[in-house]
Amino acid sequence: MFTAPKVAPFPRTSSSPGAPPADASGPMVEIERLWFSYGGKVALKDVSITFPRNRISALIGPSGCGKTTLLRCLNRMNDLIDGVSHEGTIRVAGLDIYDPSMDVTDLRKRVGMVFQKSNPFPKTIYENVAYGPRLQGVRSRRTLDEVVERSLKSAALWEEVKNRLHAPALSLSGGQQQRLCIARAIAVEPDVLLLDEPCSALDPVATAKIEELLVGLKQKYTIVIVTHNIQQAARISDQTAFMLLGELVEAGGTQQVFTTPRDPRTEAFISGRFG
Amino acid sequence: MLNRLRFRQLKDRSAGLAMAVVAGLAAALVMLIVVGLLTRSWPLLGSRPLGELLTSSRWSPQRGEFGFLPFILGTLWVTTLAMVLAVPPCLLSAIYLSEYAPRRLREAIKPLLDLLAGIPSVVYGLWGVLVCVPLIRNTIAPWASQRLSFIPMLAVDNPTGYSTLAGGIVLAVMVFPVIISVTQEVIRAVPDGLREASLALGATKFETTWRVVLPSLMPSILTGLILAMARAAGEVAPLMLTGVVKLAPSLPVDGTPPYLHLERKFMHLGFHIYDVGFQSPNVDAARPMVFATAFLLLALVVALNLTAIVLRRRLRRKYFSVTGL
Repeated sequence: MFTAPKVAPFPRTSSSPGAPPADASGPMVEIERLWFSYGGKVALKDVSITFPRNRISALIGPSGCGKTTLLRCLNRMNDLIDGVSHEGTIRVAGLDIYDPSMDVTDLRKRVGMVFQKSNPFPKTIYENVAYGPRLQGVRSRRTLDEVVERSLKSAALWEEVKNRLHAPALSLSGGQQQRLCIARAIAVEPDVLLLDEPCSALDPVATAKIEELLVGLKQKYTIVIVTHNIQQAARISDQTAFMLLGELVEAGGTQQVFTTPRDPRTEAFISGRFG
Repeated sequence: MLNRLRFRQLKDRSAGLAMAVVAGLAAALVMLIVVGLLTRSWPLLGSRPLGELLTSSRWSPQRGEFGFLPFILGTLWVTTLAMVLAVPPCLLSAIYLSEYAPRRLREAIKPLLDLLAGIPSVVYGLWGVLVCVPLIRNTIAPWASQRLSFIPMLAVDNPTGYSTLAGGIVLAVMVFPVIISVTQEVIRAVPDGLREASLALGATKFETTWRVVLPSLMPSILTGLILAMARAAGEVAPLMLTGVVKLAPSLPVDGTPPYLHLERKFMHLGFHIYDVGFQSPNVDAARPMVFATAFLLLALVVALNLTAIVLRRRLRRKYFSVTGL
């Protein structure tokens, strides 16, 4: 039922300062001793974790535990907020994302994100998906057509919208809009796909579709998903990390975390005693 | 219990009724003004073909010539000029304030903008006389006619500085705060989720503003521009001091290149009301002229608004408005 992790254990036990760019077998995302605060209010405390390639890693924990903050560190969306500061390193595909030479737009091209509230642009379905490639300078209509079709197919939305690609994206249902956002994110072919509670506003049928979609997408992408839904983490993720009050309490293979949690707090949370 | 429920329902209904009556009054007032103006000006408007009134440029009541063209053209031209001068800098500053400026700066500038909006228009006119007119006379006109004479519109010098340009600048500055505040509010109303979606795809701030934030707002921004334009078209006080004349020797818009003339003095419907109404020897005989002029000014403002509304509808169909503003 659960896929046991085949890749290096996580959290990291050894750190390798100044490591060379990771080879294809290393973890896609490595976070080392990350501290993060919003204007003096500490949100992440000394978090070290890795997210392996082609796996779904789930971040779970009660509201305010820092899981969304951690997710938004990975594509530096937190930069948009005034007065934030951080310590520690984050490497994506071996590159230090807080390095001064790192171009944040380039980082965000490599690390795509899907938000809690679906946020399609007030444009057509086609233009939503073509937005990212257009930013990268793709002008050819044929290339764009191909990218749009491929992305919508990957997001399991193609069959539903192929005859109305030029209809407003806002005319889609909530679940369709969220899949459109996934299609839009993968149209730029990122390495990592971050999802911040993508199903929290969706009904069970739409949720099931997205879960099925994510399991398929891990063939190509490294997926990190924040979820409030513990069952969802159990259903789709390979790795699970449990956070509490800004700390990483426990992380490991999903099966292990759910069946034999090492920390009593993890057990209390997944058995529904708090949170 | 039942009584209390009845009372609450009664309150609900009567409140709705009261609001409907007041709203209806506002609509009725507009109709009253239009009908009143039209009946009072009918002795003049009905006595001659409309085409002649609108297209003749001769104004000589003694000889029975009532050509409104110079006034209409002057009003249109100075209003358009003001909008052309005002819109680009206003949009840029509104974008800066809402998207780029730190929150503190934005909050410091807001009261200043409100203050600017509250300055009486005659004070703007005075500023025009003291600053704009001399600036055009001593600096802009000589420099433009020397250096920029390859642009026909700028290849002329105006010895006095009292001109359509001066009037346009003053009107433009006057509508600055209106346009900036409205546009900024509209931009702030765009959900942050849209900005984040764009940034998360690797867009820069400029790309996000240009490709996502602004397109969906065009209809709403246009609404702000309509308000500003209507205000600019109706203003007389600042123009009286900067370039409006009773009778201009030539039209500010005519068939001689460059067709649109920045340096000429101009006539204006608003000023014309004041002039024929209060400066003519026989005030009673001038009544229909005053009302006819007022009616035309109103019609012009309505026409400008309608144009903008049609344009807004088209834009709305093109982009799908998110905010519904």
